[in-house]
Amino acid sequence: MKLELRGITKRFGSMVANDNVNLIALPGEIHCLLGENGAGKSTLMNVLYGLYQADGGEILLDDKVVKFSGPGDAMAAGIGMVHQHFMLIPVFTVAENVILGHEPTKFGSLLDLEAARAKVREVSAKFGFEIDPDAIVGDLPVGVQQRVEIIKALIGDAKVLVFDEPTAVLTPQETDELMAIMKQLRAAGTAIVFITHKLREVQEVADKITVIRLGKVVGEADPKSTANELASMMVGRAVDLDVEKDPAKPGKPTFKVEGLSAWSHAGTKVLDDINFEIHEGEILVIAGVQGNGQTELTEAIIGMHGKTAGSIQLDGRELIGKNVKQVLDLGVGFVPEDRTEDGLVAEFSIAENLMLDRSDRKPFAKGLNINLDYLKKFALEKLKQFDVRAQGIESKASQLSGGNQQKVVLARELSRELRLLVASQPTRGLDVGSIEFVHEQIVATRDSGIPVLIVATELDEATQLGDRIAVMYKGKIVGIVPSNTPRATLGQMMAGISA
Amino acid sequence: MKRVMKEFTGGNAMVSVLAVLASFIVGGILIAISSTEVQTTITYIGARPADFFNALWNSVFGAYDAMFRGAIFNYKAHDGVQMIKPITETLAYATPITMAGLGLAVAFRSGLFNIGGTGQIIFGAMFAGWVGIYVDLPFYIHFPLAVLAGIIGGGLFGALVGFLKAATGANEVIVTIMFNYIAVLLLSYLLKTPILQAPGSVNPVSPPVRDSAKYWFFMGDQFRIHGGLIAMLLAVIFTWWLLNRSTLGFRFRALGHNPNAAKVAGINIGLTYVLVMGISGALSGLAGTSQVLGTEKFLTLGVAASFGFDAITVALLGRSNPWGVLVAGLLFGGLRAGAVTMQANQNVPIDIVLVVQSLIVLFIAAPPLVRAIFRVKESKKAVAA
Repeated sequence: MKLELRGITKRFGSMVANDNVNLIALPGEIHCLLGENGAGKSTLMNVLYGLYQADGGEILLDDKVVKFSGPGDAMAAGIGMVHQHFMLIPVFTVAENVILGHEPTKFGSLLDLEAARAKVREVSAKFGFEIDPDAIVGDLPVGVQQRVEIIKALIGDAKVLVFDEPTAVLTPQETDELMAIMKQLRAAGTAIVFITHKLREVQEVADKITVIRLGKVVGEADPKSTANELASMMVGRAVDLDVEKDPAKPGKPTFKVEGLSAWSHAGTKVLDDINFEIHEGEILVIAGVQGNGQTELTEAIIGMHGKTAGSIQLDGRELIGKNVKQVLDLGVGFVPEDRTEDGLVAEFSIAENLMLDRSDRKPFAKGLNINLDYLKKFALEKLKQFDVRAQGIESKASQLSGGNQQKVVLARELSRELRLLVASQPTRGLDVGSIEFVHEQIVATRDSGIPVLIVATELDEATQLGDRIAVMYKGKIVGIVPSNTPRATLGQMMAGISA
Repeated sequence: MKRVMKEFTGGNAMVSVLAVLASFIVGGILIAISSTEVQTTITYIGARPADFFNALWNSVFGAYDAMFRGAIFNYKAHDGVQMIKPITETLAYATPITMAGLGLAVAFRSGLFNIGGTGQIIFGAMFAGWVGIYVDLPFYIHFPLAVLAGIIGGGLFGALVGFLKAATGANEVIVTIMFNYIAVLLLSYLLKTPILQAPGSVNPVSPPVRDSAKYWFFMGDQFRIHGGLIAMLLAVIFTWWLLNRSTLGFRFRALGHNPNAAKVAGINIGLTYVLVMGISGALSGLAGTSQVLGTEKFLTLGVAASFGFDAITVALLGRSNPWGVLVAGLLFGGLRAGAVTMQANQNVPIDIVLVVQSLIVLFIAAPPLVRAIFRVKESKKAVAA
């Protein structure tokens, strides 16, 4: 089935999220929709899926105009969507999840689970998925859960399949497998729309590439384009994706983690005997698929994790048992993975956010008062130094783009006397320009002789930024390897296989 | 001035003003419906419509006119004292409501929903009352000591809630509601024991507060207005300074807006809970002193009246902004003072005022409703793609 989006326009208030967007997806073709976060990719797909109504333009299936008032209509018309965040019920079995919304019945109203199981087996066999229809979805690995989503779409008889940033949660191996599945579906005649901002994946599977920037289609790209060419199109200016950095000149190992274990509230072990050290002037990247203990590790370092055992030493001083304030005062800079949740107060101004961790001391405090004169001077200086694009220091953090928010967090953390920098997924969700800036700042911090710990979930970032890479899997460190380790090896380590 | 205008025209302040306006309109309709005159004239509206509209106008205008005369200026009175008495009554009522409202505003801005105004007022009143009744000292020590005792009483009772939340994770809404009962019942008990009960009395009433501990009745004894009014203004300025200029208030607000970010920035959440609730309770305690050392002059079970709950509305209506709370407090003081005259002169049930107050809460709780009624556009918000 041929899908055509013709002149789709979608506005939110005064903001135009999609401006006259055209896109044609043909059967047996993988059409990549490439664009940065906030470029309007998801809005476009939500229009297609009936979640938003377009302000202009039309949707055509096999050259016939269709109108969707909700996802139900879109599904009935043969459009399936695999969302970034799975729409599955973890406590249900695969079969139960797959039939949700259009349950087959027998004898009038009895749920016909056997029919559902049969369908799962049928699709599963056709594409070699090897999925047990009676497995509880919550027990399955993420990659397999995604296949359940795909089966769900296929059983709904989808002729057009939309994958919305499907690889964000996958290991490199799982990503490769997904690519293979997409190729198989293509061979079976499905029209595929693949939304992503990851250039490597685009290069691997795309038959056609549409690049979208600030809500507008900026053009089609040749599938044989280089990563830098694609990125330049996506950003609208020449970009160099490689992180520029000199070889590390490591000094003394001033940050040591020894035998660190941690337990969740429920008592399960979330960190298991972690050992590593970071030298002055060195970046150690903790790589791994999200949810393998990285969050707990950074929490343990800054004194926010409840139950821990072992030792974390900075400059010979023990961090375990200290509270957040004490840890920060020892010179730890912390960039949390969720900046809007943990890094910033959205309703506070940029200036207020810049003094969030130091409001109790000079020069930000003058007696009991806030030193407003100093704060203003400080904020103006940081705004300039960190190239924060905002109307002024009184702009609220919530009014800033993700990139500028992260710059505010970095400005705050890097303007203290640091002895260690911990940054968790520092470029998550940022535009290419901001990513470059954040990487530069991190490398500059390293070069000033500070040990740096980065948590990365994307292999490209890990290999480019890191001087050494420690791979985490299920709360353990699988191994610590140099950053020029082959991708395949790192991928295996991320799945728990020691190098 | 520009900033004042901005505050006033900004979505939030506008919603408060419109909520009050809408409540008065609905209140007017209710007054008309409940008027017997209107009810009789409507039965022959076809024959003599003028009668009906006259009755309508008389009932609504008469009621609000009576409210004005009861709350602001009684132009029908015969002597000067009676003429200006209404506005002093309004201020006398506004004083404790505003003080407690400020206390709740501090808690609300810090993300804590303090419902314990009543209990904290009572504790302030008990501490201040005890010092005012049983300690014998010269005025210049006795009065400050009694006020301080009230502030400490309310503050400790509030801080205890913060401590329970910090130490055990107890929900402050439930704890403060329960603490209100504790305070009411404790006061009721103490007023029946020699600790607070007047000797020889069979009623639950304390002996009068000594003159040396009383607020200054600067307009003389025929008015109920007293030095608590000055304390109230000082409390407004203090709260404004605390929330907008002090580093402590900065941490309070950080906690209120985003406790996670506050925690990651090294702010001691537990200690901040205790301080927020302590200061919040202290301001309510001050409201208690205004009652026992001023307006009432002795302790009774009714010392907190409904001020603890009015204060919640006042804090919400004032958008937890100290100056907004002051304006809302004056409005509520006026409603209370005016309601009495309205009932006495126009036979309008005093409950109408309660209804108006409740409607204000309803309209504030539903800003989209107010916006829909008055067709105010929502402040521009960028919607993320």
